[in-house]
Amino acid sequence: MNFPSKLIEEAVNEISRLPGIGKKTALRLALHLLKQKETVTEELSSALLALRKDIRYCTTCHNVADSGDTCSICLSVRRDKQIICVVEDIPDVLAIENTGQYQGLYHVLGGVISPIQGIGPDELKIESLIQRCAGSGVQEVILALPATMEGDTTSFFISRKLKELNIKVSSIARGIPIGGELEYTDEVTLGRSILTRVNYSSE
Amino acid sequence: MHLKNLKLLQFKNYAKAEFQFSPEINCLVGKNGSGKTNILDAIHYLCLTKSAINGADSLAVQHGFDFFTLMGDFEREGKSLEVRCVVESGKKKQLLQNGKAIDKMSEHVGLLPIVLIAPDDTRLISEGSEDRRRFFDSMLCQLDRQYMDQLVRYQHFLKQRNALIKLFADKGKWQEELMEPYNRELIQGSKVLAAKRQAFVDEYSPLLVDYYSFISDAQEPVSISYETQCLEEDFDTAFRAAASKDFVLKRSTMGIHKDDFVFQIGGYPIKKFGSQGQQKSFVIGLKLAQFQVFHAHLQVKPLLLLDDIFDKLDDGRISQLMKLVADHAFGQLFITDARPERSKEILKGINAECVFFELRS
Ligand SMILES: Nc1ncnc2c1ncn2[C@@H]1O[C@H](COP(=O)(O)OP(=O)(O)OP(=O)(O)O)[C@@H](O)[C@H]1O
Ligand SMILES: [Mg+2]
Ligand SMILES: [Zn+2]
Repeated sequence: MNFPSKLIEEAVNEISRLPGIGKKTALRLALHLLKQKETVTEELSSALLALRKDIRYCTTCHNVADSGDTCSICLSVRRDKQIICVVEDIPDVLAIENTGQYQGLYHVLGGVISPIQGIGPDELKIESLIQRCAGSGVQEVILALPATMEGDTTSFFISRKLKELNIKVSSIARGIPIGGELEYTDEVTLGRSILTRVNYSSE
Repeated sequence: MHLKNLKLLQFKNYAKAEFQFSPEINCLVGKNGSGKTNILDAIHYLCLTKSAINGADSLAVQHGFDFFTLMGDFEREGKSLEVRCVVESGKKKQLLQNGKAIDKMSEHVGLLPIVLIAPDDTRLISEGSEDRRRFFDSMLCQLDRQYMDQLVRYQHFLKQRNALIKLFADKGKWQEELMEPYNRELIQGSKVLAAKRQAFVDEYSPLLVDYYSFISDAQEPVSISYETQCLEEDFDTAFRAAASKDFVLKRSTMGIHKDDFVFQIGGYPIKKFGSQGQQKSFVIGLKLAQFQVFHAHLQVKPLLLLDDIFDKLDDGRISQLMKLVADHAFGQLFITDARPERSKEILKGINAECVFFELRS
């Protein structure tokens, strides 16, 4: 792609490094900013700078924290401190929060185990999860990791690690989407949802 | 089942080309390097989503371009099926059926069965076990979707386990608890896949014996024996006991990726004791048995691609093969030959539509 100016080219290169943004979109965004008042760009860049500089991570669950060492979820008195939900990354916390169905705490691993990519347990917040659980009060750990081969391996590893601590370990159910027709569900999902079926008679 | 037409864009030596095929015999003729085998490879791509010759998709993109597209209109059990395959550098390979993208290749493989007889088939005998495993895996994948899904999963976990062993070797420390999820997967996968391989060989072997004696007109007994440790009673223990060996060699030494299929003649390995003629008959037997087993399981006759065989086979074997063609044992046929007169002569007496395509580069 040829650019009318060196300045535009540099801006486009930087913007297009963001995920999901190609050169074309980046150019459109850059030209859009040029049409706006200068303050718009100033506010955007200072917000981004502040985001990067002032962001804190919760030392307990590794979610983002606005200030201090503890996030708002860990601080909240309304949350059930006996349950920890283990997720791969921060967007997963938001997704589960948006369901409004969960009142416990979280633990953000920062990834899943994948030796091909050089990611072992030491590269993730697994030890800190074990420490948390070994401390008092935790009754249940819910594993909410992706339904991929790496997600499953990580779940298996964590559940083995937690076994000695005598804590209930569960995994979120995998199965038919709400409103989904059985005949259009792929075989693997359908097979798995049969294996992990819900027992009505025990409820 | 047959391929009605084929369009190629920036695929190997074809910048842009289109062919209308006969549902019976298609003969692709032209000088060496004119692109005969490339057409067969394009058909292979549409049926099995990959090249028959070269592993890397990027090698099939015409020099100087960054993508290729292949499009074929098939007819399968009275219904038409348009298949499109797009390979673009740096992007995921795309396969479309009637315009709809397929995300798992196992949903496509097996729908359009294909058998290729090629000059380098004797590799199956002369080379190492990897070629033989690939040959049997390719058949099983076309016949059994679950086999393919399970195999893809196995290969993925094998890669992860090998990477983990390297990490352990770098640290100088083996962590059994971290290895366990991979052990479980590979042990379980090996057992399932090995059982399927064994069942397949049991069915396939007698067909090979029949075709071998038909093609060679000889009576030496031939057989295939499937060699694996994965079906032994104590496989779980043996797999785990190999850990120290794995650690030293920095790779997984147990599992179905170490299996072999041993081809025998008169009770001895054909690789060491078979004559050249016996070996040639044996590999054609392998391919005809493949045709037969596909036909029986999938209820359609696979496409049969014969690359350069008139050049490589002697008259006796050619005439046996042509008997099968004349008996309409096959469905749609693609034959390549650098010498058109020879093909015309061989196919002359056969009562079937036979279309010649003259290729020039
Ligand atoms: N990626 C590519 N881009 C351009 N040309 C290519 C590419 N790959 C292969 N070719 C060309 O394709 C030709 C080989 O075609 P092919 O193997 O189909 O020949 P053939 O007709 O089967 O020959 P033979 O009779 O020797 O078997 C060669 O000329 C080669 O240069
Ligand atoms: Mg050729
Ligand atoms: Zn927190």
